[in-house]
Amino acid sequence: MSETTQIGGDALLARRSGAWRERLRLVAMALGPVLGAIVLSGLVLLALGVDPIAYYGYVVDRGLINPYGLQATLTRMGPLLLIAAGLIVAFRAGIWNLGGDGQFLLSAVIVAALGPLLVPYLPVWLVLLVGLAVGAMVGAVWSLLPALLKAYQGVNEIITTLMMTFLGVSFANVLVKLAFRDPATTVPQTRTLIVADRLPRLFDTTVSSGLIIGLVAIVAVHLLMTRTSFGLKLRIVGANPRAAIHAGLNVPLLTMATFAISAALAGLAGAVEIMGVQGNVRADWNPAYSLTVVPLVFLARFNGFASIAFVFLFSVLSIGGESAARRTGVPNFFTLVVVAILLIMLGITEYLDQRRRAAGK
Amino acid sequence: MTQTLSPSEPLADTRPVVSLDHVTKRFPGVVANDRVSFDLWPGEVHVLLGENGAGKSTLVGMLSGLQLPDEGGVLVEGREVRIASPARALELGIGTVFQHSMLVPSLSVVDNMALGGSWWSRPDRDGVARKMAAVCADIGVTIDPHAKVGSLSLGEQQQVEIVRALMRGSRVLILDEATAMLTPKGADDLGALMGRLVKLGIAVVFITHKLNEALAFGHRITVLRLGRKVGEIAPERLAALGPAAATAEIVRLMFGTGATAAEAVATTVRTRPSGAPVLEIEGLAVDDPSVPVAGIDLSVAPGEIVGLAGIDGNGQKQFAEALAGQRRLAAGRILLGGEAIERLDVGGRRQRGLRYVTDDRLGEGTVGSFPISLNLLLKQVGEAPFWRRGIEQPEAIADHARRLVGEFDVRTPGIETAIGKLSGGNIQKALLARELSGPARAVIFAKPTYGLDVQNIRATRQRIREAADRGLAVILISTDLEEVLELSDRVAVMSRGHIVGVVDNDAGARNRVGELMSGVTA
Repeated sequence: MSETTQIGGDALLARRSGAWRERLRLVAMALGPVLGAIVLSGLVLLALGVDPIAYYGYVVDRGLINPYGLQATLTRMGPLLLIAAGLIVAFRAGIWNLGGDGQFLLSAVIVAALGPLLVPYLPVWLVLLVGLAVGAMVGAVWSLLPALLKAYQGVNEIITTLMMTFLGVSFANVLVKLAFRDPATTVPQTRTLIVADRLPRLFDTTVSSGLIIGLVAIVAVHLLMTRTSFGLKLRIVGANPRAAIHAGLNVPLLTMATFAISAALAGLAGAVEIMGVQGNVRADWNPAYSLTVVPLVFLARFNGFASIAFVFLFSVLSIGGESAARRTGVPNFFTLVVVAILLIMLGITEYLDQRRRAAGK
Repeated sequence: MTQTLSPSEPLADTRPVVSLDHVTKRFPGVVANDRVSFDLWPGEVHVLLGENGAGKSTLVGMLSGLQLPDEGGVLVEGREVRIASPARALELGIGTVFQHSMLVPSLSVVDNMALGGSWWSRPDRDGVARKMAAVCADIGVTIDPHAKVGSLSLGEQQQVEIVRALMRGSRVLILDEATAMLTPKGADDLGALMGRLVKLGIAVVFITHKLNEALAFGHRITVLRLGRKVGEIAPERLAALGPAAATAEIVRLMFGTGATAAEAVATTVRTRPSGAPVLEIEGLAVDDPSVPVAGIDLSVAPGEIVGLAGIDGNGQKQFAEALAGQRRLAAGRILLGGEAIERLDVGGRRQRGLRYVTDDRLGEGTVGSFPISLNLLLKQVGEAPFWRRGIEQPEAIADHARRLVGEFDVRTPGIETAIGKLSGGNIQKALLARELSGPARAVIFAKPTYGLDVQNIRATRQRIREAADRGLAVILISTDLEEVLELSDRVAVMSRGHIVGVVDNDAGARNRVGELMSGVTA
């Protein structure tokens, strides 16, 4: 016994310095690809004949320093954080829900149609609450089929959720053009929720309170997954499904719950985007937030707090990128190029890290 | 086992073909190899002996290019080399045959040999077959080059791997736990083959934890304990000692204790339990595509150990899983203390005192990446006092883990260490701690000592006896007949999904169980 305590004491000391090194390694693993992506994207800009310093200068100025830009950045974070929260639940439970875009868009369309209908009859706060609840429900319902197939038939959810996204995006368009079209406009779009009836803004800024909803959701999800027995059960299913069966967990039920929570958060993101920012849905509008957030969540290693940082970074990049694109003549999509390069850098970093581990260090 | 086989005379040589010079290899929380030196001489079978976790696999890993040493050097023919990949090891003439086959079962032998050739050219099947025939003739084995690997026995597959290693020009052949999966006959054949290989001047490394094989096949024996080399017996000394003295010496080196204690089996005479059965199984049946189980009737009294013998894959696993609640029953009843539990789930049965120690420790018994503390509570997630209103209580979880780790002597750097990093013996101790603590009434042990070393086997068997002495009803599923006969009060024999007989464990039990297993009286 004395021998084991001795070993334990030594290991504790070693672990403390090891933990620091491990933390440093994680920070380097997360920031390395970001820096690499910025440098490589700069080279692409140079090749296009654009001064990368000027481009990044606009990005930082318009996305971070300029007060209006910063407020737009923070507003953009709301729905992205909700989507990230949904992905964290799913990924940690070993469920690859890639159907977030369908869940998001369908919920957005239905909330956009429902809001203006309810406004004459209900107080604003109740309209907003009903909108959020309906949005979450629509998202969850759109994941029901993949969830049932995964839980009871073992059908690969990557395929089914992606297919449901194609269906969901098309169905949302059909709804906008045929069912919910605003007769007062020439372009097909839903009726608009007036600014006074949208989610309240924070203090004297233009930042939507969707940011608060997003922050609360992602912190809650982080605590749920790391501190509760329910989160632990989901993680057991994710890490070793056979051990979950051996331990007597109801794996199909937990799988259904994972889908429901994950998709409801994606649906909630749709409701927040509509009732906080857009006010309506135009036909063929699809920001594809969910697939963009997937790499961010991976970069954050499914950690809620790290995800907040990466979502913030991405929001700066995308808001600042929009105005930098206008001023430097680079297409708006260049933000996606940066994100794509970031993804590739992430893959390379992961590969190098695995090789390092395989080498036994 | 192999009285007929004696080690052949080693060829004399002046310089080792491969040397490990004071190599050290560390893993998180463990020093797997601590300044180990290890020389391989041509024409010699060098046996590497040690318990699980002694550092044998790490040493082999460094020779075969899977791992690089943190300190110390590897020398091939006196030159320092860096073996950074298995391909590099092959280039240097070091071939490894791993415990688990590295062949593609759906391809023919020739095609397996041709794998690793250049991708743009068509494999030269005839050329490979000719070369193979030459090597086979040299070492005295016969292999049909066009047979599918999957249709060969495990022993034959091993021969294929050895031939493949030789065809690639190996001068050093590492056989990692090569006899673990073989029948006794297959092991003898392998021993004879090793003898012929060293006559050709090849250096063989033979890793095992079976003493009798080490003595029968080896010329030189190195013993590892806890990552350190604790002794090496040179060929002359081994010959001089003779089998009995050598055995005593090796046991002393391996376990550091007074000689024969490791081999002496303490067969304590247990009082025959009596009383109303605590666990009753009536007409249990399980649907399964490979081995359907039907008509199982068994009752176990408190304090009784019922052994379930039989060849592996005759429905033991299906039976155990159905009993534990992991599998649906097709028919039958299970009574625990008179209460029907066949409709309860795993958790419900566990709460009533039914425990199941699975044989698949890493596959389903634990979550390898999770800390020991959580693995010890894997079947109690959400229960008080470890979780209150669903919120984790870290102190209660840590206290529980520290208590069990101490009580069951789990050797670990800490309770937060991922359980997958522990050795097999320590993982088993953690599983026993989880299943035997708390208010248990009946325990199913599935192959509880499978893959463990001598010391952990002894410790585990002692736990099983103690469980019965505490008044628990014990079902011991084992494919090791010695184990069943050593521990059980009664022995049931399972064959093709049925219990074909139950006998009292007395003097004649061995013969009757043997007859039942082979189907003579079935």
